[in-house]
Amino acid sequence: MAKVAYQKLEDHSLFFWGLLGLHVFVIVLGLGAAFYMVEWGHVVTGMNNQIVWGTPHVFAVFLIVAASGALNVASFSSVFSRLDYKPYARLSGILAIALLVGGLAVLVLDLGRLDRLIVAMTTYNFRSIFAWNIYLYTGFMVLVGAYLFVMMDRRISRKSWPTKTVGASAFVWRLILTTGTGSIFGFLIAREAYSAAIMAPFFIAASFLYGLAFTIPVLLMMSRETRQDLINNEMLRKFRGLLIIFSLAVLYFTAAHHIMKIYAAGYRDVEHFMLLGGGIYTTVFWLGHVLIGNVLPLAILFFPSKDRTSWHAIAVASLLFLIGGVANMYVTIIGAQAYPLNLFPGMEVTSTFGDGVVAQYWPSTPEVLLGISGVSIAMLLTGVALKLLPFLPHQHQRQS
Amino acid sequence: MSSRRDFLKSAASLAVTTLASGVTLYSMSGEASAANAAKTPRWGLLIDATKCTPDCSACVDACGKAYGWHNESYSPTDEQWIRKVNVKDPESGASFSAPVMCQHCANPPCVDVCPTGASFKRFDGIVLVNRHICIGCRYCMMACPYKARSFVHHGGRGSDEDKREYPRGGHGTVEACNLCVQRIDAGGVPHCVEACQQKGQGAILFGNLNDPESEIAKRVATYRTSRIRDDLGCEPGVHYQGIS
Repeated sequence: MAKVAYQKLEDHSLFFWGLLGLHVFVIVLGLGAAFYMVEWGHVVTGMNNQIVWGTPHVFAVFLIVAASGALNVASFSSVFSRLDYKPYARLSGILAIALLVGGLAVLVLDLGRLDRLIVAMTTYNFRSIFAWNIYLYTGFMVLVGAYLFVMMDRRISRKSWPTKTVGASAFVWRLILTTGTGSIFGFLIAREAYSAAIMAPFFIAASFLYGLAFTIPVLLMMSRETRQDLINNEMLRKFRGLLIIFSLAVLYFTAAHHIMKIYAAGYRDVEHFMLLGGGIYTTVFWLGHVLIGNVLPLAILFFPSKDRTSWHAIAVASLLFLIGGVANMYVTIIGAQAYPLNLFPGMEVTSTFGDGVVAQYWPSTPEVLLGISGVSIAMLLTGVALKLLPFLPHQHQRQS
Repeated sequence: MSSRRDFLKSAASLAVTTLASGVTLYSMSGEASAANAAKTPRWGLLIDATKCTPDCSACVDACGKAYGWHNESYSPTDEQWIRKVNVKDPESGASFSAPVMCQHCANPPCVDVCPTGASFKRFDGIVLVNRHICIGCRYCMMACPYKARSFVHHGGRGSDEDKREYPRGGHGTVEACNLCVQRIDAGGVPHCVEACQQKGQGAILFGNLNDPESEIAKRVATYRTSRIRDDLGCEPGVHYQGIS
């Protein structure tokens, strides 16, 4: 096997600095929004006592799900011995950590009592899947950090077993982590749109797609920045194939989830709401998640043209998958909460607390800024990491 | 030889004594726990929806006034520890009205999901929020099938909360009906029950569900009562009469 050479980012274009500057600006805005919410309370958000998790959670969960998927490329290389992916393994690892930090930052900044973060880290109820996730997230960061170390340390990386062992552990851990994230929703018996074990594999499929969809644009951006062809046509074709498989898996789980619910008479009303009569949520589901987020990018990747493996087709498809990912989380998290709790099945219910009524929610500016700042935190961390350590491969060379 | 026999005899008698005493203790502890279970109160409510009228909000007003959450605007961001729910059967047209508050479940999903253990169930079945370690993650609100919990959306400091009989969690935390635990511990009854007796229709009965001699236990044993979404297996401590 040819030895892979890695590089740090050395000289930078104005575009790169501009992009980093933009991320810093968005992060400052996001932090400002978070402290505005702390000072004035969540009353300045669009959230209420029915929609208790709003736009920050959409971005936080999206980033956390994408984080575990971003490790895919490294796993292909070390766990499944697909050496073509090895040059991207380091980038894959650092991107996974950065996305997770971005997601967790948003999650934490949206807490009602940010000042009690130390309580969250020191007081646990181990019956709570949330508490498990705190360990799963921190464990993931430690494990991927160790994975990067064994890949990058000159002496240790000479042997294959440390990379394989730590890589396999990280792979298993990420599967458990995403199962945990999906189960946050799947375990909820109260909300009719959830309460299904399929949420866990659905989130795993989504993580594969969104993680890769983050990795590819970063690689393409870095190709531009290093003025080197970091992904050749053969790898583009492989990434294209993976995106297609992952997108089809997401569509499969989406279909399976909804068909199963429709089959059970008790869930038909909520399914009617999500798929037909839910207004903005139905629109976001069909237009955002299904059409823009899967069908359109699949069409771009599928339709035969001489350009189909070109970088810009894959870049556009990746960005569409990411937009679809946010839409998917929006419907999954907010749409499911908007549907009223069913205290008296089959009855018409009214109260002063929104019983029997679809909840109204519109994201406020601080919420959106906080959510988007999570993406910027992830991208800024990645940019700085690429500058500090050799995570990027040199111009792609075929592995033998 | 005889000393060995003596030793074996002694060992056997020691073993029998030890095991027998263990069995006895085990059996006694089983009886004791059954007796303790009977003694341990399980506080609950029985709400008679056939007496409760849609225009009466005495229970809600009393609770809101006592804990300071009441707000006539009923904004979706305002806290509501208890609310009147009006229910109508679309087929028959039959309707009823009843208050809904924290159902103080025996298997509370809010307690299961709370990452810090701020949501907890007391020995007597009252489900509470520890205001000091609630981090405001709102997962309990996602998990509660009864929409019984409220998040304090309004920020601000320097409220007079500590002057109340029961200090509230404050902004950024989650609150819910506490079954007036401070009154129960002092031998009283919840505000809603008192208000319903005095100003309402006497539709809410409070008592110890574990005490077969209590009025509530007798009525639950005599009449057909039900609990909201009993199918979910949460085993609420709030029973209703006339809702099904």
